[in-house]
Amino acid sequence: MARLTINGKTREVNADPSTPLLWVIRDTLGMTGTKFGCGAQLCGACTVLLDGVPVRSCGTSLSAAAGRKITTIEGVGATPAGKKVQQAWAELDVPQCGYCQSGQIMSATALLTTNPNPTDAEINGAMEGNICRCGTYPRIRAAIHKAAGTKGA
Amino acid sequence: MTALKNPSRRTFLKTGAALGGGLVIGVQLPQAFAKAAVTTSMPNAWIRIGSDNTVTILCARSEMGQGVVMALPTLVAEELEVDIKKIKVDFAPPGEVYINSMLGGQLTGGSTSVRDGYEKLRVAGAQARVMLVQAAADKWGVDAAKCKAANGMVTGPGGKKATYGQLAEAASKLTPPKEVQLKDPSQFRYVGKPLKRLDTAGKINGTAQFGIDVKLPGMLYAALAQCPVIGGKVVSYDAAKAKSMPGVRQVVQITDGVAVVADSWWQAKQARDTLNITWDEGPNKSLSTAAVYQGLSEAMAKTAAQIRQQGDVAQAMSGAAKKLEATYEMPFLSHSPMEPMNFTADVRSDSAMLIGSIQFQQMALGMAAAITGLKPEQITIKTTYLGGGFGRRIDLDYMAQAVEISKAIGKPVKLVWTREDDMTHDFYRPASLTNMSGGLDADGKPVALSLKMSSPSVTTRLFPQIVKDGVDPLMTEAILVPYDIANQSVGTVIHDTGLRVGYLRSVSHALNVFANESFIDEMAAAAGKDPYQFRRSLLDKQPRFRNVLDIAADKAGWGKPLPAGRARGIALMEGYETYMAQVAEVSVEGGAVKVHRVVIAVDLGRMVNPNIVEQQLESNIVFGLTALLYGNITLKDGRVEQTNFNQFKLLRMPETPKIEMHIVKSTEKPGGIGEPGMALLPPAVANAVYALTGKRLRKMPFSLA
Repeated sequence: MARLTINGKTREVNADPSTPLLWVIRDTLGMTGTKFGCGAQLCGACTVLLDGVPVRSCGTSLSAAAGRKITTIEGVGATPAGKKVQQAWAELDVPQCGYCQSGQIMSATALLTTNPNPTDAEINGAMEGNICRCGTYPRIRAAIHKAAGTKGA
Repeated sequence: MTALKNPSRRTFLKTGAALGGGLVIGVQLPQAFAKAAVTTSMPNAWIRIGSDNTVTILCARSEMGQGVVMALPTLVAEELEVDIKKIKVDFAPPGEVYINSMLGGQLTGGSTSVRDGYEKLRVAGAQARVMLVQAAADKWGVDAAKCKAANGMVTGPGGKKATYGQLAEAASKLTPPKEVQLKDPSQFRYVGKPLKRLDTAGKINGTAQFGIDVKLPGMLYAALAQCPVIGGKVVSYDAAKAKSMPGVRQVVQITDGVAVVADSWWQAKQARDTLNITWDEGPNKSLSTAAVYQGLSEAMAKTAAQIRQQGDVAQAMSGAAKKLEATYEMPFLSHSPMEPMNFTADVRSDSAMLIGSIQFQQMALGMAAAITGLKPEQITIKTTYLGGGFGRRIDLDYMAQAVEISKAIGKPVKLVWTREDDMTHDFYRPASLTNMSGGLDADGKPVALSLKMSSPSVTTRLFPQIVKDGVDPLMTEAILVPYDIANQSVGTVIHDTGLRVGYLRSVSHALNVFANESFIDEMAAAAGKDPYQFRRSLLDKQPRFRNVLDIAADKAGWGKPLPAGRARGIALMEGYETYMAQVAEVSVEGGAVKVHRVVIAVDLGRMVNPNIVEQQLESNIVFGLTALLYGNITLKDGRVEQTNFNQFKLLRMPETPKIEMHIVKSTEKPGGIGEPGMALLPPAVANAVYALTGKRLRKMPFSLA
């Protein structure tokens, strides 16, 4: 039995300690906002925050996440940066199919939490691990600038 | 895809009139409605109105990012006179009324959704409005002409008012009007306006439900081992280890492989990976990329099915002052939507509930009925949001697999593929070869153009009835140039390479536009002419082409100096009744092509939502850039060599160029916008690279090595 703190709530989980956090979140806890994309830490769709740091939950074991603060898309709006990011995403109508957007929002939130005024290069650096097959990148970039209150290139 | 049928206005209105016949066969109200205290009425198949004034509009196309979940209900809401911000949208079940009249099936593809629905859905909205007004007039005993509908309410003489919710039940019992007056576009409140999408909220807070998010009571999870060579079959297997692993409930063999069913997907997947399976790899076990292209090359020797035969190419070529020829090569591509294939099925002895991300509801129903032996009316099919589609989810192998597994175990099950399963078991965008030749007279004017293409045909497998005389209409899109060249010969040879193929975004436009727009650029260079002016001089009879070409050139600053190391390329096309030109600005850095800026001019006729049009243009540039930089599926020993995003790379944010869009104000009928743009970027970029380096890129993905 592992104890997880997700979005401020403590949850007891009965799963093999080596199970990727992604599948614990999705199947055991039934929180399906975090998405499965590649299972190999290549696409970023499964990004969650672990003590505020973006990690790929498909490559993070349950045991590695136990006892740490996990934030998912379901709870990110309760953080100041996450709320701003979601608002900017809505204002600019960022999503298309929407599947990768949870991961994009988690990465953007982590960026703005540590760097409130990122440059385009810093946005590139923080977001290049998140693939969007629909190609919402121009709007993601614009939305991060909007959330930060900065102007894009 | 091209329009397989061109519905006339008459057809539209006839379809429209057929809509109002009360409840449509196949429509089943979700349980939530059945249980709720509110009563729900359906004036027609597209609209549900609750006694609580909830207005739900049914969307009969699959939402995979392209915005139909917003655009199509907008058309209904415009005429229904309801507040678009307050409507709800549900995805339609399979039903005759929901058939896409351009494709002949309830299918999302071919950039047809708006083109098919533009009038039909407004008629549906107007019919329901007229019925609601009549219901109010009947209730009040007044002339319907004295009543007016607005914002979900009917008002009548003497300040009488009734909400749609109060009128819906009576309205749904009325005979639908045979003819309705549609608004003049000048009166549109919503159509043509850049409204925000209604699906955004759920897609930024994690609540939007995709196929992979479905959960049914008592549901188990499945992972499936498929033959590494597509088409291979199970000879025997040993599941002893898998069966001993935690959570594993059952191991079952189905048509496509061996499935492990467990309490969680991770357990199922871990156990699947331990299966020891002996495969009969089938006829493709030795297939290689080299063999594929050799086959395509040999097919070129066959007589082509002629698409255009105009003038006398041989004679014109013999008299030409300059002759040139070139071969263009396109690779297989995987669709790779971000949501891997998955499906949830609950097959019982007398019913089935099937839920997931699909693009072809009718085929789903037909396949499910065939597998289960149930009658279509015993099968419920629900479409969720699609985490990308791009044509992949027209083919429903993954649905059939889930249905087979559920049938075998007698329990609800969710089958989820890994990314590796997905990339190695796709229906791939066909590879192709195109031989082009052309002749110029002494003034540099083109006098002859010849095109011969060989490629596998998707349609031969999926819709063989529309392949006639060796011509697959979905292999010949944009194969005819708009340019005024007197002598032309254009033909195709269908060649099955062995690897299974499917429709991918822009379908054959991508193959043909690359060859045509690269070669016309080569002809301009051979003529010593500016590539923009050269094209323009051949478009006197093509005003819509010429207009977008002019706009793109002008906005891109064509002919104006650029910083050292940069150059521009231009390209032009028509696809899905949309006219488009692009100018790409590129450099070459470290031997790799870098695209800095793309200027798009597009004339797509009337638009439903310019915001979504812009999204789709951006999307197409990223998709096209992915294809030209990276897109390549290769084969070795019959196996697809790329298994994940480290090998089949997709564009990432730092590589995304600046995209500038110029949309022509037009009153022409609507064109499609979900697909054409990606076909046009590769030739624009290749032409820019030529302008910069003098090197022609004739093979995708581009390599300067």
